[in-house]
Amino acid sequence: MTTTNGVVKATLDNGLTVLIKETHNAPVATFWMWYRVGSRNEIPGQTGISHWVEHMQFKGTPQYPAAVLDKLISREGGQWNAMTYIDWTAYYEIMPSAQIELGINLEADRMKNSIFEPEEVESERTVIISERSGSENSPSWLLYEEVVAAAYRVHPYHHMVIGDKADLLSMTRDDLYQHYQRYYVPNNAIAVLAGDVQADEALELIKRKFGDIPAGPPVPQVNRPEPPQYGERRVVVNREGKTSHVQVAYQGYEITHPDFFALAVLDSILAGASSFNFMSTSYTSNKTSRLYRALVETELAASADGGLVATINPYLYMISATVRDGHTPQEVEAAIHAETQRAAASDITKEEFEKARKQAKALFAYDSESVSSHGFWLGFAETLVGDYAWFDGFLDRLMAVSLEDVHRAAADVFNPNRRIVGWYVPTGNGTGEDGGQE
Amino acid sequence: MSTQTPLIHALPSEDTVTRTVLKNGITVLVRENFTSPSVVVDGVLRGGGLWEPEHKAGLANFHSELLMRGTTGHTFGELFEEIESIGASLDVGSGGHTYSFDLKSLAEDLPLMLSLLGEVLREPTFPEEHIEKVRGQIMTGLQMRAFSTRQMAALKFQELAYPDHPYRLSLSGYPETIATITRDDLVAFQRKFGPQGAIIVVAGAVKASDAIRMIESVFLDWENPDQEPQPGAPPATQLREAKREFVPIPGKSQADIALGFPGPARSAPDFQAARMANSILGVFGLMGRLGDNVREDQGLAYYSYSQLTGGMGPGPWKVSAGVDPANVDRAVDSILAEIRRIVDQPVLEEELADNKSFFKGQLVLGLETNEGMAGSIQNMELYNLGLDYLQRYGEMIDALTVADLQEATRHYLTPDAYAVAIAGPETAA
Repeated sequence: MTTTNGVVKATLDNGLTVLIKETHNAPVATFWMWYRVGSRNEIPGQTGISHWVEHMQFKGTPQYPAAVLDKLISREGGQWNAMTYIDWTAYYEIMPSAQIELGINLEADRMKNSIFEPEEVESERTVIISERSGSENSPSWLLYEEVVAAAYRVHPYHHMVIGDKADLLSMTRDDLYQHYQRYYVPNNAIAVLAGDVQADEALELIKRKFGDIPAGPPVPQVNRPEPPQYGERRVVVNREGKTSHVQVAYQGYEITHPDFFALAVLDSILAGASSFNFMSTSYTSNKTSRLYRALVETELAASADGGLVATINPYLYMISATVRDGHTPQEVEAAIHAETQRAAASDITKEEFEKARKQAKALFAYDSESVSSHGFWLGFAETLVGDYAWFDGFLDRLMAVSLEDVHRAAADVFNPNRRIVGWYVPTGNGTGEDGGQE
Repeated sequence: MSTQTPLIHALPSEDTVTRTVLKNGITVLVRENFTSPSVVVDGVLRGGGLWEPEHKAGLANFHSELLMRGTTGHTFGELFEEIESIGASLDVGSGGHTYSFDLKSLAEDLPLMLSLLGEVLREPTFPEEHIEKVRGQIMTGLQMRAFSTRQMAALKFQELAYPDHPYRLSLSGYPETIATITRDDLVAFQRKFGPQGAIIVVAGAVKASDAIRMIESVFLDWENPDQEPQPGAPPATQLREAKREFVPIPGKSQADIALGFPGPARSAPDFQAARMANSILGVFGLMGRLGDNVREDQGLAYYSYSQLTGGMGPGPWKVSAGVDPANVDRAVDSILAEIRRIVDQPVLEEELADNKSFFKGQLVLGLETNEGMAGSIQNMELYNLGLDYLQRYGEMIDALTVADLQEATRHYLTPDAYAVAIAGPETAA
């Protein structure tokens, strides 16, 4: 057991990593269970399996049957949920601190005892297909799915977390259960407890609850790196709607890349400040960002955003925009390229750079306010980088980026041969901005 | 598990919130919290979309968007440069009865942020070029709305549930109405606003006396003898028959359902009973009884929940669900069955106890952050609940009985006379 910057870290004999951070601003605590499994670990025929397993974790164990599980947390005034992402799956409870033991019990129990009853699997099949259908209702989601698929021919990042419908229809209860047994083992997991608790006492409790869960064999490693991209790729989605969308994605950096933080600063300048914290409720506008000025103020687009995600393997840096009536996807695409090429030609100013740094500091300060943010950051850092203390150094790393670093990242990432361009173009009853398709 | 922070310290109360009313009618409330170096300000102005004539539906929303497009002190670009360069945020939004504003920044930047807030609320300039930019953005939004099953179901529901009532109109407007809005409209709308009845709540790393002084320096000289009184809404007529309408939207994989009734205002004596009944119906656990029936038992939907809006007028009590187009009728029948059940049969004592525990327990979760704290205080002030409201809350919740809940459901939920709107592909009709 070690303590660094107020965080207690221990590794149990079965390989479970435990992180505990005490904060006493409010009588609230949060418990998280992170598993190193996401859509990245999936093979064709089993896309969406990690997300489905996550759903099944809410369907009951012998001790906590499905009907009981849902009510338990709510009854105590708590909140709970889970997220499956491309690199990881995380479960969390936020409770009045006197009740947090319930969260710990639940996570220990469902790490090893989830039943995966066939009837429940079937019922959840239609729920998940319904969830996918909800996403399919969104034109920008449909476009995103095609752009990402075009970017990754080899690496498992090519499919969406929800999975492909063919697999959602064909996967069996045994497939799911095997995936669960393989990845939901203590040596593939990180437990995080943050909030109004007493660390020593909490560690003893966690040891008692998780200590006798046996370790599993080492989980399969993902080793299918995407080969380099040597030319621009383009996709078009031609479906119903009235509004066109453009997405321009570039092959980017993984979180451990030496220039990842330079790319983060670049994203701030292009698209506005943002946080990697999935639990963040802080919001800053992006109206002084380069993309807003080039696309929205000029009335080419109704909105423009950038997206940088922190991932284990290199992922995409994506710029997306909603085309405004009277303009075309070509115009919006051209304006996006003009911005990325400007950045690549090293014309970012010292002022823009300083502004990005100040914004990052403020957002980071906001992130220390809620226990769920602590629960997120500690687990996120440990999962992605293998070291929770990386979070403490996060701001330092960001502040260590120089203007030269940002220029170098821009020149490297914004290479036209490494981009994927996507258009969503409405068919038929479009308003004449449909690129001549009909 | 032993804990160290007593609950009582977390609840805002008369002892921990400083309240003062300025002589121009602005109420200022401050909650000091030095645990992080940031501060949140949120508040309310009296006035909103219910002032709009029908042919100018969406005017308030348009107006609120223009407030940050230029002031006497700053152009749009300058305003956002000030805000964004310090990693702060400032936003103003419009509702039917009130406007709301909120800002967040590091505490050291509060004086600047308050002065920008003052400019935005009191001295907007409505530049023509920005009027057209905003019009275009709103129009794009309305275009996308027309193809959104969720939004169209909600829109059509409003029309069906409030046929002769101002709540039937969209606060975002319609393409025909947004097209007609002029600069004169915006300037005239601005003149209706003033300091009377405004509420400003500050939560964060600032001393109460300093916060009040900063607010006074920006707002104390604000007067408007022509300020219009806050718009009200008449009571809603109870629905007399079932009304159903379908909005076809081609190419969609999922249909959205919005089913419900006009519900209680926040001030209704049976509001808390209705709120608890709503929790049993469609919130508690995984979306309550609706979640159990429609999602868990039948696998029909990813979401199927109910909500009670409350508010200054008779906000809706409605169920929302997203289902496969082939299952629309089944889903509607299941929703109606659950509504019928909660009206006809008293809820179980166990359900009531669970939900009482839920309501009381979750209080503290909402108060963890400055945003949560400020929101809670604003709520107490806006609805005249008293600053000791949260101290009394537990007792009030405990006092609810099964009979109270049944009376509330019978009051608002009429299983044979409801409004339902469905939006989706033709196969869902």
